[in-house]
Amino acid sequence: MNAPPRDHHVNFAYLDERTKRMIRRAILKAVCIPGYQVAFGSREMPLPYGWGTGGIQVTASLLGPDDVLKVIDQGSDDTVNAVNIRRFFQRTAGVEVTTETPCADVIQTRHRIPETPLREGQIIVYQVPVPEPMQRLEPREAETRKLHGLAEYGLMHVKLYEDIARFGHIATTYDYPVLVNGRYVMAPSPIPKFDNPKMHMNPALQVFGAGREKRIYAVPPYTPVESLAFDDHPFTVQKWDSPCALCGATDSFLDEVITDDHGTRMFVCSDSDYCRTRQQAAQACGEEKLRARA
Amino acid sequence: MYVAVKGGETAILNSYALLTELRRGDPAVPEIGTDQISAQLRLAVARVMTEGSIYDPELAALALKQAAGDAVEAIFLLRAHRTTLPRLGYSLPLETGRMHLWRRVSAAFKDLPGGQILGPTYDYTQRLLDFSLLDGGETPAAAQAPVDNDMATPSVIDLLAQEGLVEIDAVPEGDSAPRDLTREPLRFPADRPTRLQNLARADEGFLLAMGYSTQRGYSHTHPFAGEIRFGSVELELVPEELGFPVSIGDIEVTECQMINQFAGSKMLPPQFTRGYGLAFGHSERKAMAMSLVDRALRARELGEAVEAPAQMEEFVLSHSDNLEASGFVQHLKLPHYVDFQSELELVRRMRRAHGQPEEEA
Repeated sequence: MNAPPRDHHVNFAYLDERTKRMIRRAILKAVCIPGYQVAFGSREMPLPYGWGTGGIQVTASLLGPDDVLKVIDQGSDDTVNAVNIRRFFQRTAGVEVTTETPCADVIQTRHRIPETPLREGQIIVYQVPVPEPMQRLEPREAETRKLHGLAEYGLMHVKLYEDIARFGHIATTYDYPVLVNGRYVMAPSPIPKFDNPKMHMNPALQVFGAGREKRIYAVPPYTPVESLAFDDHPFTVQKWDSPCALCGATDSFLDEVITDDHGTRMFVCSDSDYCRTRQQAAQACGEEKLRARA
Repeated sequence: MYVAVKGGETAILNSYALLTELRRGDPAVPEIGTDQISAQLRLAVARVMTEGSIYDPELAALALKQAAGDAVEAIFLLRAHRTTLPRLGYSLPLETGRMHLWRRVSAAFKDLPGGQILGPTYDYTQRLLDFSLLDGGETPAAAQAPVDNDMATPSVIDLLAQEGLVEIDAVPEGDSAPRDLTREPLRFPADRPTRLQNLARADEGFLLAMGYSTQRGYSHTHPFAGEIRFGSVELELVPEELGFPVSIGDIEVTECQMINQFAGSKMLPPQFTRGYGLAFGHSERKAMAMSLVDRALRARELGEAVEAPAQMEEFVLSHSDNLEASGFVQHLKLPHYVDFQSELELVRRMRRAHGQPEEEA
């Protein structure tokens, strides 16, 4: 990756220090009340709303000069939006970047949680389009705020129940609602429900930024995160019939890729770093075996 | 063959180059200057300044040039620049009653103190294409300078207010400073200063449609254009170390005072109520639409039934900003492979359950 040079016309990580302090205060409040949406003075960023302005503001206020940053979109470091945001921080903060999950201090993500388990001390920053899990059921924010205040989540349970009544199962596949620390129902952002179990008791700090909707929320390390379900309809995640065509993983989220005009498909890991690491490891193993035989 | 999603970085850099080339267009044609834009596309500049929330014709012209004339993109550029500017102070409220008028019309009164001034308007042009502009080289006739009245021309509505027929917009007791929506999030219910601030930055097209809907039965507000004025007004600031106001320059604004019939309520006798609109530069469509929507949004305060979209503050205020709307609509261009994959898997499963064999391609 050829890093763009640090632009010294702007403050470190673009935002001015007072704004970053305001955002850090919102993050602290969010950490203190896991799953609660903290309203904050979201700034107008030089990237469009809906493209990660919330995540970018959170990342900007968390980054220090010595931190190593990883940015993914759909699990991949190489999608244009991930590249663009990574370049933004190289340009405005001059921080070191990586694609390797274990090496990163801060991981900004859109729509995925890396397959490689996170560790203590890491922070994962989610880009959130719609922070209110009940927005599609009740669009008025003044109302949903009351429902959260009263922990009145009947609306959400009725929605899930109606799914079961109509389809025989819950028909939500991403942005699947979770209950955080037994108190607040929270939108995990549009990650596939496959990733939901990774949020539970995760050693890393998880921070969610919604720029357009001006909300920040968080899941502190080792916090219980439960996907909503019923006793007789327990929560399940997606499964694939075949392993990853490139690395053979059977435990990762697979993207379907159409490879020719006849609709031939292959399934490959959505997490490009995980897939590459496994392929490299397999290759190294193979070479070792060959050497041992020789 | 599997082609990995790679090369995003090169693609972005190439995209920049193509964009620059297309923006510049044919190099045989002279490059457009920002001075030309601010002088000759003044209405585009006014819109970009208004919705960009910053009064700077030069930067607005630059933004328009950089955005190849796309108003919303230019507004985006200006807003992103605005974020980085420090707040040096807050001006005193504008004295629009002391405006140097280019134009002032009232649809409610035939004549009024200070007179009606038609001024520069497209209203009575007959919208025939002027082919002489194709050739260039026009020499405009000397225009009359704005009416240089040191005499104040108070708003006509204030004259009615003296009779008690129009509500008086008195400064409320203990009036606190308005919230700054660019520093604090919008919360509901929102008070009127907050709503007006949101509307002032709101997309002109959105406000126009919302205002229009109130004229077509989606909330009846029976509006009359009490007064529309456009001109330049002095901007004053009280520097902390001086303690008295100093003028820091003049800005051009368009102001609209709409008066609306009101049948009265248990608390209030029948009287006329007001809607207010203000925009930078010459922006009558925006100012008028804003005043209609402002009045419609006062339904709750005036005890009217909230039934139409234009009266619903969450609906209006949450969807009025064109950058929020444009960004979120266009974010659908971003990859959604993962979510789509999840849905694909679900739909396949549901189709199997539906007893229809899945069509294998």
